[in-house]
Amino acid sequence: MHNNEPILKIENLETHYGQRKILDGINLEIFAGETMTILGRSGCGKSTLLRHLIGLSKPTSGKIYIKGQDIIALSEEQMLPIRRKIGMLFQGAALFNSMSVGDNVALALREHTNLEESTIKIMTRMKLDQVGLSGFEDFMPSQLSGGMKKRAALARSIAMDPDILFCDEPSAGLDPIVAVGIDQLILKLKKAFNMTIIVVTHELASVAMIADRIALLDGGSIIALGTVDELKNSDNEKVQQFFNRIPDPEDYNRESYLNSLIGDW
Amino acid sequence: MKLVNNMLGATGRLFFSYMTHISRMIYLTKDALYWTIIAPFQGKGNIRWKSTIHQMVLIGFNSIPIVATICFFVGLIMAMQAAYQLERFGASIYVADLVGVSMTRELGPLLTAIIVAGRSGSAIAAEIGTMKVNEEIDALKTMGFNPTRFLVVPRFLALLFVLPCLSLIADLVGILGGFFLAVFSLNISFTRYLNQTAEALVMKDLVTGIVKTFFFATIIAQVGAYQGFIVEGGAEGVGKSTTTSVVTSIFLIIIADLICTAVFYSTLG
Repeated sequence: MHNNEPILKIENLETHYGQRKILDGINLEIFAGETMTILGRSGCGKSTLLRHLIGLSKPTSGKIYIKGQDIIALSEEQMLPIRRKIGMLFQGAALFNSMSVGDNVALALREHTNLEESTIKIMTRMKLDQVGLSGFEDFMPSQLSGGMKKRAALARSIAMDPDILFCDEPSAGLDPIVAVGIDQLILKLKKAFNMTIIVVTHELASVAMIADRIALLDGGSIIALGTVDELKNSDNEKVQQFFNRIPDPEDYNRESYLNSLIGDW
Repeated sequence: MKLVNNMLGATGRLFFSYMTHISRMIYLTKDALYWTIIAPFQGKGNIRWKSTIHQMVLIGFNSIPIVATICFFVGLIMAMQAAYQLERFGASIYVADLVGVSMTRELGPLLTAIIVAGRSGSAIAAEIGTMKVNEEIDALKTMGFNPTRFLVVPRFLALLFVLPCLSLIADLVGILGGFFLAVFSLNISFTRYLNQTAEALVMKDLVTGIVKTFFFATIIAQVGAYQGFIVEGGAEGVGKSTTTSVVTSIFLIIIADLICTAVFYSTLG
């Protein structure tokens, strides 16, 4: 299926936070047009991985290639052309609260292109229409509900017609119905623009709906990679634990508990 | 021994944390100067004038009433304190000299800077801090915008422009305060007070006062922005940073004032 070059390639990525190792040798290839879901429990390092992929923080070692260019070696200035072709949907929407919804969507077009203001207005309306927010361009972000904010943020992230769209927990903090709406929207956008979409999440329902492939992250490394069905039928204990929602066994040891209370600090 | 170790350790950590803050603040100031002065000419990113003018109104125009009121009262207070001493020598006319010179050289710029630090420096820290908490700064970066150019430069430029203006207003109103007392309580005539003030003041007084305001503006903008950028941990973090920004700004303003005054005193007299 994928005999072409990957659009995004991660090689031996390692990150430390102080002394603690967060990511431990991540290798992953993502191909154009696919929806890759990075799945994992809280604190497994998936948000850190995403921050590296969009160039917000640098790892300890390893390489990240976007369209063949190692973005870790790039300076902020050299990174600009790549940034213009990637979109990012933040967990909390991260709309600029001092600007109207329309200005939020239009900002990148105004700053990065030489388009006429009238063209930008039309493009802004089109983008807002695609996420079902037509007529909301003069609203301020504070006047929108949580789901609408996410939609507006999605419109902003696709304003420059990105090749790759990153989503950080797209359904976090939304009720199931609104969440499924966002998932559907992501699917719709993928079909319409043939975008590569990388979603970081822990919502199984969402994964089943949108993912082409899943990378399951645990303890800083990828423990399973494959389609939804492949992972569901995997005999890896941790994969099964995740998909069947089995809690961690309670490891209760009287002596070690006592020690932890009275031991040296 | 453990106590000594802990004490030395704590002192060392405190020292290093201060040094880190200072070096980062200097880095931010350098970055802001680059995006204000050099980058626009290299075509790397224009100054956002609309935002700058908006900040000028917020920081400058909206501060006029409070700056004017406070400086009027301070002028009045100074005139009263001076008159109390000078009247004994029958030299109450020198109230005009004292109020005029001390307002323009020192109190006008200093009071304005302190008021603006409390009013706008804190607002800068809170705004940028809230944006940091809401991931808006990250969003700016991923969209390919430099946060310094986008957020710091407009506020920095606005402050550089409005602080001298506000100081001039403060000077004028402060002198008016002294004038008010002299005319209504010391029975000095309108023209005599004005002439005395005009005679006492030289251009140097005004200029040294205004030169200081550029340093003050830089301090307020950079400290406020820096404190905003380092916010961590939600609303509580924003509150903490806002407070720190005001305290640090005022402290640095006094230090800068001391250095400026010392330099002017030793070179210009």
